[in-house]
Amino acid sequence: MNMDTPSLLSIQDLEVRFRTEDGEVTPVRGVTLSVSPGETVALVGESGSGKSVTSLATMGLLPRPAGRVSGGKILFRQRSGQTVDLATLPLPDLRRLRGAEIAMVFQEPMTSLNPVLTVGEQIAESVRLHMGLGHASALKRAAEMLDLVEIPNARRRVHEYPHQMSGGMRQRVMIALAMSCNPSLLIADEPTTALDVTIQAQILVLIQRLQREIGMGVLFITHNLGVVAEIADRVTVMYAGQVVETGSVGELFRTPRHPYTSALLNCLPARARRGEDGRRVVQSIPGSIGKVGNGCAFAPRCGQATDSCQAGSVLLETEMDRSVRCLRWREILA
Amino acid sequence: MWLKLGRRLGSLVIVMFLVATMVFFLTRLAPGDPAALMLGDQATAEDIARLRQVYGLDKPILVQFILWLKEIATGNLGQSIFLQRPVIQAIAERAEPTFFLALFSVSVAALVGIPAGIASAVWRGRLVDQIVSGLAMLAANIPSFWLGLIFIQLFAVRLGWFPVAGYGEPGAPFMERVLHLALPATVLGIVNSALIVRFTRASMLDVLSEDYVRTARSKGLSEVRVVLRHAFGNALVPIITVVGLTAALLVGGAIVTETVFGLPGIGNLVVSAVLRRDYPVIQGALIVVAGIYVLINLLIDIIYTFVDPRVRY
Repeated sequence: MNMDTPSLLSIQDLEVRFRTEDGEVTPVRGVTLSVSPGETVALVGESGSGKSVTSLATMGLLPRPAGRVSGGKILFRQRSGQTVDLATLPLPDLRRLRGAEIAMVFQEPMTSLNPVLTVGEQIAESVRLHMGLGHASALKRAAEMLDLVEIPNARRRVHEYPHQMSGGMRQRVMIALAMSCNPSLLIADEPTTALDVTIQAQILVLIQRLQREIGMGVLFITHNLGVVAEIADRVTVMYAGQVVETGSVGELFRTPRHPYTSALLNCLPARARRGEDGRRVVQSIPGSIGKVGNGCAFAPRCGQATDSCQAGSVLLETEMDRSVRCLRWREILA
Repeated sequence: MWLKLGRRLGSLVIVMFLVATMVFFLTRLAPGDPAALMLGDQATAEDIARLRQVYGLDKPILVQFILWLKEIATGNLGQSIFLQRPVIQAIAERAEPTFFLALFSVSVAALVGIPAGIASAVWRGRLVDQIVSGLAMLAANIPSFWLGLIFIQLFAVRLGWFPVAGYGEPGAPFMERVLHLALPATVLGIVNSALIVRFTRASMLDVLSEDYVRTARSKGLSEVRVVLRHAFGNALVPIITVVGLTAALLVGGAIVTETVFGLPGIGNLVVSAVLRRDYPVIQGALIVVAGIYVLINLLIDIIYTFVDPRVRY
């Protein structure tokens, strides 16, 4: 972490609990990460690792009443300079930030837009609310936003409904919607996963371009390491609800310290080809969240695990701007 | 859109023909002879035969059917055997109470059912939901005649706020009509609100878990706006369907309620026509009611295109 620029978003030891029929589970337990202005941080992990829950908790959009933040802080620096804890902020104050200073792009462009409202109305609604514009100027702003995200014929398409657009176009609309009030933080939850590969690349380029123009921080959630290499400055890797490793993209890709990170990197086709025994897949199924015992959550799947790994809780070890949650990372690297 | 409408109107003609066929033959399946009923016990066989000839009841049934089809195709529903006037006139005289009763009942049902259903969905599993769902269950199972009698006893007899029964003197001002309709419309409204509550609740629950509702929340909108504009706007199609079908059913005449409240409506007309085997009236009334039913369905389809842009294209 660059100490000169104070963080825009600083999540500290976040814990989220869900009530289910089988009792309480803890999909997120001890997530620590930060995003600085203008920086892109990738949050990586497999399905069920708690990435999306972390992002929803940040937006205050955990499904209620089942889910709640049960520990830790989500500090956000407002435009006014004041820092607030999003985990405990009263809902009316949180609403003033949502869409205005913190915006979110969701994974599913096909279902994330309201089918009975025109895309223009959906963007204008946010603009009217947060920027205090009138109906006509809000719609004009919506058209400008569509133009900004490179939708052709923006002034005409502002009156179209989502079903008249392709998935890629809809995701552009979602991005236009998120950007419409110049947020200082964008949370993108797998924004390209549902799209064709060529469209994926276009959307990534678009997000990067807009980020440079507005200077916002981006928390980019993905399970695709190829995407991470493309756009991120720093990476936080999650496993079973915990952060297992954090570092800059270059260092983390070059010298992964956590066995899980290495395993993930070995799944990349380019690396697998270089390896001696072909592609090494992360073995077996992910540990069931919420039922993890004391020791390292990855130990049951880890090729390097010893008895000591399962003995007691493993802390996140921070050294310079890298963190790792592994007892044996030094031995393994050596 | 116009093509679709044309196709719908075409199928409407076919539906009406099938309805006419069924109405004609089902009516004739019931035993009993209108001529004999009309002339009473003292009538001779010749008298009855003569009267049957006057009304064409002596012809083979298929011939009667084709003659009747020809008539209704030109809009002529024939002459009532007992009322001594055209069927269309008999229906028109009875249409007003039924129409307003249906209108008011549906309004009550929708005004009660839709907000209750929304509240029930928003606070799912909470006290509001339990109370609303319990009351809806109760309303769905209350016989309307029983609730009608309780209402008459309470609000008309004991409190004297509303007339006990009837539709007022001929030519009475509209406000008096409204007073006469208040109790039956409330009864029918309550009974019919149950289904609307359930459909609204189910539809809202579906929609509230949609991704675009989460998107709306992520924009910082108030919960009221999220629920009413983003969720309810999408939940409307099934709600409109059930409200429309309720209206269509009520236009057919709420026979029991009209009887309890002594309202001279279509339901009453049909019941007395059936008891007297007044074939032209039974047939005419059923044709008209079925026609309105089909038209309301068409209207529902047209309304869809306004609430859901995906249907429009």
